[in-house]
Amino acid sequence: MTALTERQQLAYVDAQAADARVNVELETDEGMILNLGPQHPATHGTLRVTAKLDGEQVVWADVVPGYMHRGYEKLTEVRTYPQVTTLINRIDWLGSFANEVPFILAAEQLMEIEAPPRARCIRTILFEMARIANLVIFLGDLGVQLGAVTPTFYAFRDREHVLDQIEAVTGGRFHPNFDRIGGLKDDLPKGWIADTKAVMARIRSFCDEMEDLLFGNEIFEARTRGVGVIPAEVALAYGLSGANLRASGVDWDLRRDGGISGLAHDEVDWKVWTHPDGDSFARCWVRLQETREATHIVDQLCDGLPSGPIMAKVPRVIKVPPGEAYVETENPLGAMGYYLVSKGDLGPFRVKIRSASFSNISVVPWVLKGVYVPDIITILASLYFILGDIDR
Amino acid sequence: MGLVESGKMPKPLTSLLNTARKYSLWAYQWGLACCAIEMGAAFASPRYDVMRLGVIPLPASPRQADVVVISGTVTDKMVPSIKRLYEQMADPKYVISMGSCTNCGGPYWDSYSVTKGIDQVLPVDVYIPGCPPRPEALLEGIVLLQQRIGREDMADRWRGDPLVVQ
Repeated sequence: MTALTERQQLAYVDAQAADARVNVELETDEGMILNLGPQHPATHGTLRVTAKLDGEQVVWADVVPGYMHRGYEKLTEVRTYPQVTTLINRIDWLGSFANEVPFILAAEQLMEIEAPPRARCIRTILFEMARIANLVIFLGDLGVQLGAVTPTFYAFRDREHVLDQIEAVTGGRFHPNFDRIGGLKDDLPKGWIADTKAVMARIRSFCDEMEDLLFGNEIFEARTRGVGVIPAEVALAYGLSGANLRASGVDWDLRRDGGISGLAHDEVDWKVWTHPDGDSFARCWVRLQETREATHIVDQLCDGLPSGPIMAKVPRVIKVPPGEAYVETENPLGAMGYYLVSKGDLGPFRVKIRSASFSNISVVPWVLKGVYVPDIITILASLYFILGDIDR
Repeated sequence: MGLVESGKMPKPLTSLLNTARKYSLWAYQWGLACCAIEMGAAFASPRYDVMRLGVIPLPASPRQADVVVISGTVTDKMVPSIKRLYEQMADPKYVISMGSCTNCGGPYWDSYSVTKGIDQVLPVDVYIPGCPPRPEALLEGIVLLQQRIGREDMADRWRGDPLVVQ
């Protein structure tokens, strides 16, 4: 076993200093300190949450992010455009394909290329399948946070079928790296559409199962109804997006309101689900409905898939002309955007990534104030974040 | 365990001990990034079902664990915690490094915040390549670890000599 390198020792000192700052805040007043993480089953990865307790109630809480910081924004500056999609796949690792889309759309906008209709439709199908793969894990994981392990087994069972379909098209279970500037890498394989429709029916029955198993459960309702209420104005002020915002009653969905030309959501008939309550139950319920809605979107797109090429005319060596573009799409976790600055090189000059989870957890100190300790877990679970999406 | 410490363990007893140890591995899950989901698929999904290999995936604490699966990107901020929890595990303990990031930094080979390989701080027994590895790959890694445990001489380990695997 070798000793830590000097760089690691410095990083360790920095981490200790950041911890010390949190500790100073924690020790200024009386009260017990509760530390969740960085390794804790309920934090979906390596998030550290510190809370100061008065008896059973939280009086102060804060999030210590950065345990999963991998430096995406800096790394994209030394990669070429085709290489960037490999990297950004891994930001939100549960719905990987959805990460590629806004970046590719931003690059297409700068190059003034438009993907052919068939590519747009297949792109939207995979985008929604990434959402299903992501939200199914949420529904399964939700039970674990409340002490029910069974939903996880159901979720992993049915998620495998979605991953099989994604793998059949892209060759990758997790990280497809399939989206290209100007279209897609390949067409759908033979017989894929019929298989996908069967899988979508399966996912719908999984949603029904979850509704019976979890959402109708008395304990589940007691632990989530009226817990962690985020009113609409607070949600907007903290920059929440996605299902967290819609659960607070704000009817805002970039798939409908974003005016994005690279995706085919406007060609199908679907509904944006909202819930007026803004509590943990509402956030879970909206996600359940969104999973169902996504299966309907995929079904409709599979029915009306246009024929034609899947790739527009794109130069062999991709050089994006100088300029700036910002494209935001409704990813599984919320609004995800890429601000792309190009100087006409093979790779981007600067990429600013706006990821949904980072904004979504900024409300945690506000919403955790005054709640009871067991509710911390359910609130964090219902806010639903992914560490790669927070720390990038 | 005086026999083991003195290195006078009869061979049949060693192999019996090893067989018992290799089929009752308590695996501590250190899920960090994408690989954690594949590890979850291997450990929690009915399709892969790691328990048939004799691995129990959910110990309550590292103190009960025999093997730690480190899966995902290890950052410099995370390394001290990993080292600390590894030190809490009771000997004999094993490390499975899952995924390219844990093995060598993977796609973040030139990142300023990522540790290029957990083997800089922990002794790794099995490396599983892939980004992320499929659940089947993790299962194969576990089988390889079990083969290794089966051929181990416990007396060597207790004396602190370097481990010899025939």
